[in-house]
Amino acid sequence: MANEIDKTLAAEEIAPVIEPGHTYASITDKISAIVLTRPTPRLWYLGFALSFLLVLLLLVSCTYLLVVGVGIWGINIPVAWGFAIVNFVWWIGIGHAGTLISAILLLMRQKWRQSINRFAEAMTLFAVMCAGLFPLLHLGRPWYFYWLFPYPSTMGVQPQFRSPLVWDVFAVSTYFTVSFLFWYVGLIPDLATLRDRARKRFPRFAYGMLAMGWRGSAIHWHRYETAYLLLAGLATPLVVSVHTVVSFDFTIGLVPGWHSTIFPPYFVAGAIYSGFAMVLTLAIPLRKMYGLEDFITLRHLKNMGEVMLATGMIVAYGYMMEGFTSWYSGNPFERYLMFARMRGPYHYMFWALLVFNVLIPQALWILRVRTSPLALFIIAICVNIGMWLERYVIVVVSLARDFLPSSWGMYSGTMWDYAVFTGTIGLFLTLMFVFVRLLPMISIFEMRGLLHDETEN
Amino acid sequence: MAQIFHRSTNTLSRVSIFGGLGLVVALVAAAAAINRAPYLTDVRVARAQPVQFSHKHHVSDDGIDCRYCHTSVERSAFAGIPSTKICMNCHSQIWADSPMLEPIRESFRTGRSIEWTRVHNLPGFVYFDHSIHVNKGVGCATCHGRVDQMPLMSRENTLYMEWCLECHRAPERFVRPREEVFNMNWRAEDQLALGRKLVSAYKIQKLTSCSVCHH
Amino acid sequence: MSDDPKGEIHSLDLAGLRKRLEGLAGERYWRGLEELAGNDAFEELLRKEFPQQTSAWANGLDRRDFLKLMGASLALAGLGGCGRAAPPDEKIVPYVKQPEGWVPGKPLFYATAFTHNGAATGLLVRSHEGRPVKIEGNPAHPDSLGATDAFAQASILTLYDPDRSQVVSSGGAISTWNAFFTALDGEIEGQRLNGGTGLRILTEHVISPTLADQLRSILARFPRAKWHQYEPAGRDSVRAGARLAFGEYVAPQYRFDAADVIVALDADFLSCGGASLRWAREFAARRRVRGGKGEMSRLYAIESTPTTTGSVADHRLPLRPSEISLFAGALAGRLGPSANEARKSPATGSAQWLEAVARDLQNHRGRSIVIAGDAAPPFVHASAHAINQALGNVGITISYTQPVEAEPVDGIESLRELVKDIEAGQVSVLMIIGGNPVFTAPADIRFDRLLSRVAFSVHLSLYDDETSASCRWHVPEAHYLEAWSDTRASNGTATIVQPLIAPLYGGKSAHELLSAVRGQPGRPGYEIVRDYWQRQSRGDFESFWRKSLHDGVIEGTAFAAKAVKAKPVSSPESQAGNSPATNKNAETRESLEIIFRPDPTIFDGRFANNGWLQELPKPLTKITWDNAVLVSPATAERLGLTPKIGTTGGERGRVFADMVELTYAGRKIRAPAWIAPGHADGAATVYLGYGRARAGRVGTGTGFNMYTLRTADAPWQSAGLVIQKTEAQYAIACTQYHHNMEGRDLVRSAALEEYRKHPDFARDKDHPAETLYPGFQYAGYAWGMAIDTSACIGCNACVIACQAENNIPVVGKTEVTRGREMHWLRIDRYYKGDPNNPETFHQPLPCMHCEQAPCEIVCPVGATTHSDEGLNEMTYNRCVGTRYCSNNCPYKVRRFNFLQYSDFETPSLKLLHNPNVTVRSRGVMEKCTYCVQRINAARIDAEKDDRRVRDGEIRTACQAACPAEAIVFGDINDRSSNVAKLKADSLNYGLLTELNTRPRTTYLATVRNPNPDLKKT
Repeated sequence: MANEIDKTLAAEEIAPVIEPGHTYASITDKISAIVLTRPTPRLWYLGFALSFLLVLLLLVSCTYLLVVGVGIWGINIPVAWGFAIVNFVWWIGIGHAGTLISAILLLMRQKWRQSINRFAEAMTLFAVMCAGLFPLLHLGRPWYFYWLFPYPSTMGVQPQFRSPLVWDVFAVSTYFTVSFLFWYVGLIPDLATLRDRARKRFPRFAYGMLAMGWRGSAIHWHRYETAYLLLAGLATPLVVSVHTVVSFDFTIGLVPGWHSTIFPPYFVAGAIYSGFAMVLTLAIPLRKMYGLEDFITLRHLKNMGEVMLATGMIVAYGYMMEGFTSWYSGNPFERYLMFARMRGPYHYMFWALLVFNVLIPQALWILRVRTSPLALFIIAICVNIGMWLERYVIVVVSLARDFLPSSWGMYSGTMWDYAVFTGTIGLFLTLMFVFVRLLPMISIFEMRGLLHDETEN
Repeated sequence: MAQIFHRSTNTLSRVSIFGGLGLVVALVAAAAAINRAPYLTDVRVARAQPVQFSHKHHVSDDGIDCRYCHTSVERSAFAGIPSTKICMNCHSQIWADSPMLEPIRESFRTGRSIEWTRVHNLPGFVYFDHSIHVNKGVGCATCHGRVDQMPLMSRENTLYMEWCLECHRAPERFVRPREEVFNMNWRAEDQLALGRKLVSAYKIQKLTSCSVCHH
Repeated sequence: MSDDPKGEIHSLDLAGLRKRLEGLAGERYWRGLEELAGNDAFEELLRKEFPQQTSAWANGLDRRDFLKLMGASLALAGLGGCGRAAPPDEKIVPYVKQPEGWVPGKPLFYATAFTHNGAATGLLVRSHEGRPVKIEGNPAHPDSLGATDAFAQASILTLYDPDRSQVVSSGGAISTWNAFFTALDGEIEGQRLNGGTGLRILTEHVISPTLADQLRSILARFPRAKWHQYEPAGRDSVRAGARLAFGEYVAPQYRFDAADVIVALDADFLSCGGASLRWAREFAARRRVRGGKGEMSRLYAIESTPTTTGSVADHRLPLRPSEISLFAGALAGRLGPSANEARKSPATGSAQWLEAVARDLQNHRGRSIVIAGDAAPPFVHASAHAINQALGNVGITISYTQPVEAEPVDGIESLRELVKDIEAGQVSVLMIIGGNPVFTAPADIRFDRLLSRVAFSVHLSLYDDETSASCRWHVPEAHYLEAWSDTRASNGTATIVQPLIAPLYGGKSAHELLSAVRGQPGRPGYEIVRDYWQRQSRGDFESFWRKSLHDGVIEGTAFAAKAVKAKPVSSPESQAGNSPATNKNAETRESLEIIFRPDPTIFDGRFANNGWLQELPKPLTKITWDNAVLVSPATAERLGLTPKIGTTGGERGRVFADMVELTYAGRKIRAPAWIAPGHADGAATVYLGYGRARAGRVGTGTGFNMYTLRTADAPWQSAGLVIQKTEAQYAIACTQYHHNMEGRDLVRSAALEEYRKHPDFARDKDHPAETLYPGFQYAGYAWGMAIDTSACIGCNACVIACQAENNIPVVGKTEVTRGREMHWLRIDRYYKGDPNNPETFHQPLPCMHCEQAPCEIVCPVGATTHSDEGLNEMTYNRCVGTRYCSNNCPYKVRRFNFLQYSDFETPSLKLLHNPNVTVRSRGVMEKCTYCVQRINAARIDAEKDDRRVRDGEIRTACQAACPAEAIVFGDINDRSSNVAKLKADSLNYGLLTELNTRPRTTYLATVRNPNPDLKKT
C-alpha cells in the first residue's frame, strides 16, 4: 500500500497533468493552432489517404454483400454468426472508454481526464458508428432492418421485445445519441473560440453555426455546467448498460459457452479494457505527431495504464470463472465446450487471447512500463487484438461445438469477412483524422480551467 | 471584429433544434398515411377491363347469385373466375348482338380466353382460402364491399395484414349467419351480440397463429 | 398459330376431339389432356386453354415460356408462388369452357407407377392445375403399400429437368421427328426384305407387358432380328443363382413378416431390389416391441460393404466377398442337403458365427429366411435357395414365381452377343431403347467404339447422353409421367402407367417408337397400351380399364407360386462363374478385393443429373455429390490414409480425403478414399454411376467413373485390386463427419432381454422438465410426432419426400462444403463400439417443435412463433435473417438461405413448386413445419363439415414416404391417436430434454435382438 502511494507521488514528479510554463493564451494558441493556422503535417495526409483506401474497400465489400447476400461470408449452420457479430461487440467495447472518461471521471473529479476526454469521446462515437454497421449488414435482408423498430406498420405487428436484439437496438442507439450530445455540448465553448479566432469567413461561419451563438456570458457558463453535469449523470449508467445488454445477446441464448451469468460484468470490464487500450493506441501517436506531450503527459498515460491493469484483472477473473463454473456446473455440454476451447480446433485462438489479454498486460505492474509510451503502445495493441480474439472464441467456438455432435461444424472468415472488418477500421481512422484536423482534439477551456486549478494550489 | 451572425439567428437555431424533433415525427406520420392511401392500395380505384362488366347490373338488377359465376367459392381456396361459357349461357340469348359483348362472343368463337385485370391480389406468401371464410360466416361484402353497387369492380379494402387482423383478432365484429353470407345488403341490428353467438356456434378459432395464413 | 404448318389439320380434328372429351365420362377422365398427350389435337386443346401460348407450343424453344405462363397462372390463383407481391396489372385468365368436375385450386391424384431396378412402385401423384408436383406411394400396390423410396420421390425432378433432351438430333445436328420417322421407315423397309438380319434392339430388362408384346411382334415380323437386354445394375446373378439351384429362372418372393430369423448374405434387401419397400415394411413389423413385451425377428447381416440393412442388423459380420461365398457354402453344408460343403472351413474368425447362425436357423425351421443380395455370386444364391429349402421355409417365408422380366436373360451375355454381331458387321440397324450402354458397359467391351460400325443407330433416352453422342440418331424419350405404359410389381401385379402431363419436351415413349418399327408411326401410346390390355381382358373392358387406372393395380395379375426343387449345389470353384476364388487376376499380398455397387443415391448413373439425389447424403457415409472408394479403418491405416477436416464447414462440410490410385485388371483410376467403419478388411468398395461426361449441368463431372474398372467377367466383385496412396487430396462434401455421440445419450438402445427386464431403460436418463411458470394449455389439437429408431433403416426416402413437398432448394457441392445444405429433415448417423464393426444408429431429425422453443424468444421481429396447436411456426416473409434462432436451436434443424438458392428463373422448375408452400428467397430462415400446409388443408376440410381432424388424416411428407412406418404424426391431445399411444410407451424419450425445451418430436429407443450365445465379434 505504502509503496503504492510512493509510486503515485513519484509519478506526480515524473509528470504533472500539464507541463509547467503554460499560460491561458499559450494553451489556446497551441490547441486552436492545430486546426486553424498550423500547416497540416505530412503524416496526416499519409494516414488519411491510407485509411480512406480502406473506406473504399468497405464500400466495395458492402455493395457486393448487398447484391449477393451474407453467403459471401464464411458463416454456416451451425456457426451462423461470424466476424460481423465479433466485430460488433469489439467496436462497441472500444466505444466505452470515451463516455467513461468523460462522464464517470468527471463525476469523480479526476483532473487528468481533461486533456484526453475530447478525442476519447470522438473515438467513442466513431467506434459506435462502426459497430452499428455490423448488426445491419449481417442481416439476411438488411433492407428490412426497420422492422426492429416499433413503428405504425401496415402488418399490424410489432417487434418482439423478448429478444435481446431488440434491446440492442435501443441500447446502442441511446448510447450513441447521449454520447453524441455529451461530446457536442462539451465542444460548444471551443467552437466559439475557433469562431472568434478563425481568419477566413467560411470557417468563422461554420464554427459559428456549430457554436450556436455561444458568447461565453456568465449565464451561458452557468447553463453549460448544469447541462454538462446532467448529461454526465445520464451517460454514466449507459456505460454499464450498453455492454450489459450486448452480453445478453449471448447469455439469453442457451448455447454452451454463452449461457452464463458472469457475462454482463465481465463484458463491461472487457469493454473498458479495450476502450482504454484504443485511447492509448491513438493518444500516443497523436501527442507525438502534434507535439502535445505537455498536455497529454506521462501522467495520463500512466493512469490509463493503471485503469487497463485493473480492468484487465477483472477480465482475467472472468476467464477464470468461466472455466470454474463450466467445471463446477457438472453440465457435460459446458464442460465439453471448455475442453473444446482449450484443445479443440480453435485452441490456438484461446491461448493467444490469454497471452494477449492476461499475460502481456501483467507488465503494467512495473512503473517503468506504465510510463514508457512505446511499451504502453505495444501493450495497448496486444490488448486490442486480444479482445477481438476473445469475442471470436466466445461467438464461434461455442457455436461450433454445441449439443448434437452430428451438427458440429466449423467456421473461418472469407476474404469478404476480412474486407468488411478492415474497412470499418479504415472508416474509424478516417473519421479520427478528419476530427483532429477540423476540431480541437483537446478541450481548450477545460485545459485552461485545469491550468487555473494547478496554478492555484 | 464584427459578428457574422445577426441576433435573429439565435431564434433560428432554437427553432431548428426543436423543429427538427417535430419533423422526424411528422415524417413517420406522413409515411404511415401514404402507405394506407388509395394511391398505393388501389382502394376504390376501378380497373379497365376488356369488357365493361358491371357487378351492379348483374347482382342488383338481375339478382344473380355470386356463386353462379364464382363457382368454387364454397369448395376451394380459389373463388373461381367465370369461364366464357358461363357468360354465354345468358348472352347467347339476351344482348346476343350487343357490341359491348363482342369480346365475349369472340372469345367463345376463337377459344381465346378473356384476359381480365386482377382486382384483388394477395402476395404469394399469403394463403387465403375462400371456402373456409364463407363457411364460417364471413360475408362476401365484408371483404369485397357492396359489389352490388359497383358498376366497375374496385378494391374495397387495402388487403393489408392489419386489415386481415381486424377480423382475425375480433371475428365477432364481422361474422354473420351462414345463410346471409351471399346477401349483399344484410345488416345486423346488434353485430357484437350476434357475432359472439356465431363465433361460438361456428367454433371460429385458430385465427392469429402465423401459420394459419403463412406457410 | 398461323405460322404452324399443321394448323389446318387441328381445326378439322377439333370437332372429333371435343366428342372424344365428352365421351370420356367420369371424374377421372375429364382430363383428356393426358390421353391426348402427344396427339396433335392436344395442341388445339391447348390453344383453347392458353391462347397466348399457341405459337409458343409450336416451336420447342418457346415451350419454356408456355410453362412459365402455366406457372404464372398459378400465382394468379393466389395459391402461392414466389413470395413476391404481384404486379398491379396482373392478368387473370379463366377457361373458355371449364372442364367439368374440376374445382380450381384443388389438387387431383392419379395412380401410376415408377419402374426401377427390375420392378415397379405404385404411385399416387398429386397434380395441381395440371402440374404433377408430388409423388406418394399407392397403398393398394404390393411393392409400395403407400411408401416410396428416394428414387421414386426424386423422379419428379427429372420430369421437369431443363437439361432433359428436347430435340431429335441426327449426328449431333438438330432434326425433327418427321425426318427421323422417314429415315427409320427407309431402314425398316430394307430390313423387311431380309427378314431383319441386320436389325438389333437393345433394351434394359423389359418388364412392361405391352413393350414385351411389341418386341415379340417385331421379332415375329423380322424373324432374323435380335432383341438384347442389358442393365449395368441388373439382377443377372439372381437369375444365374436361380438357374443354378432350380435349373430354371424363378423369382423368389419373401415374406419377412413371417420370418423369425433372417440371414442376409451380402443382401441389402431393405433398400435394394424390387420389393425392398414391402420387405422393409414387413421387416419393421417384426421389430416393434411395446410395453416391455413382444417378440422380435433377428437379422444376421454378412456383408462386405456397410449397408442400411447391415446397419439395422442385430449381428453384422463384415467379410470379404470371397469369404462370404465360403461362408454361404459352409452354411449350406451344415443345413442344406448339399454335397461336399460340410467340411469346408469357413472364413477365419467366422467359425463361431457359423455355429451360432446355423443353430439359430435350425431352431427356427420354417420360420427363417436366408437371402442373398442382388450382387452376390450365383453360388451364394444357390446356397441360400438350398438352405431355405432344407429348412422348410419354402411355402411359408419364401415362395417362387415366374420372373417379372418378360424375357429373362443374362444381361452381360446378351450384350456380348450383340457386340459379337456388331464386330462381325452383321448389324446395320441398332435401336437402343433407354439405358446408357456406352457409359455403363463393362470396360472390356468398348461399346462406344463399336457403335460407329453400325450404319443406323438410334438412341431413345431422356437425356442426350454418352450413348446418344455416339449414335447416329438421338430421339428424346417421354418421362414416365408423360407417357402411357404399363409395368409389373415384383410379384407380377401389373399397373397401367398413366401420364399426368403432356410431354414437356416433345418426347415419345418406347411404345411409340417401336410402333413405328412395326410400321405404325405416330400411333399414340394410349392406344398401344389400351389395345394390349383390351386383348388381355375378358368381359367389360371399359369398366376394367377404368378400375385398373383408378386403383393403380390390375386385379389378378399377380403370379401364382411355382413348385420348384433345389438341386444340391457344389463348390463355388466349380460353379460360381465369377466367385473370387476362380478369378484370373493374380492375387498378390497387398492386393485387395474390389467390390462394385450401384451408387446409393444416383444408382447406376441414370440419376446423375438429379440435384435432389446428388445432394442427398449417402445413407452411411453422408457423402454428397461424389463417390469415394470405401475401405475399412484397418485397411486405411495400412494404406496410410490421413483425411483432414477443412476449416470451412468443418465436420458438416469439407473433408479432405486422400486421392488413391486403383489398379485393377490392368486398368488404373484415381479417386478419393473414404474410411468406412464396418467395411470388410482387405476389400474396397467402389460405387458406379459417377464421372458422367454428358449428364447435364448438374451431373456432368461429378465423382469418378468406376465403370472404367469394371469387367464383364466380374461385374460385382473380384480380387486383384491394388491401391496406392497419392499425395493429392480431394475435398469431399460430407454432411456429417463426426459420428461419435461423445457420451451424450442421444440415441438410446438396449438388447431385447435387457428391455424385457427393464422396459423404461430409455426414460431413466430423462431429466424432469421443471419450470416455475404455468405451462400453456393446448385446448384444441396438439400436433406431435414420434419416430421409432428401431424401425428406421436410414433409407433417405423421407428426406427426399420432404424436399419435394416443401420446395427445398438444391445448393450444390460448394455450398454443402460450407455447411449450408438445406434439408429440413436430416438423418443423423452414429456409431457405437469397435470402429471395425460398429453398431450403427439412424436418427431422423426434423424440427422438434419444442413447446418451449429457444428459437422463438430470440427472434427480434417475431418471425418464428408458436401456434396454439403447438407448432413452431416459421414466417418467411417476416424474417429479416438475424440467424439468432438457428444459433439458439440446440438441435440445429434450422436452415438459412445464405444466398439465392431457390430457382425463380427456370420455368420448368417453377412448375415443380408445391403451390401451397412459399418458395423462400435469399436471406430468410426456414425449417421443418410438420407440413403445416397439409395440416391447414385437413383442418379446413374438417371444419367445413364440422368435425375434428381424424387420426391419420394428416400424414406428413416424411411419414407418408417411410417404408418402415417409423414416423408417426398426429394429435397428441387425442388419447386414442396412434402418436399419443406411442408417446405413452415406455420406449418414448425426448432429445436433450434436460434443456427443458419440451420437444413435440420424440423418439422410441432402439431395441435390438442379439443372439445371446454369439458375442459381438
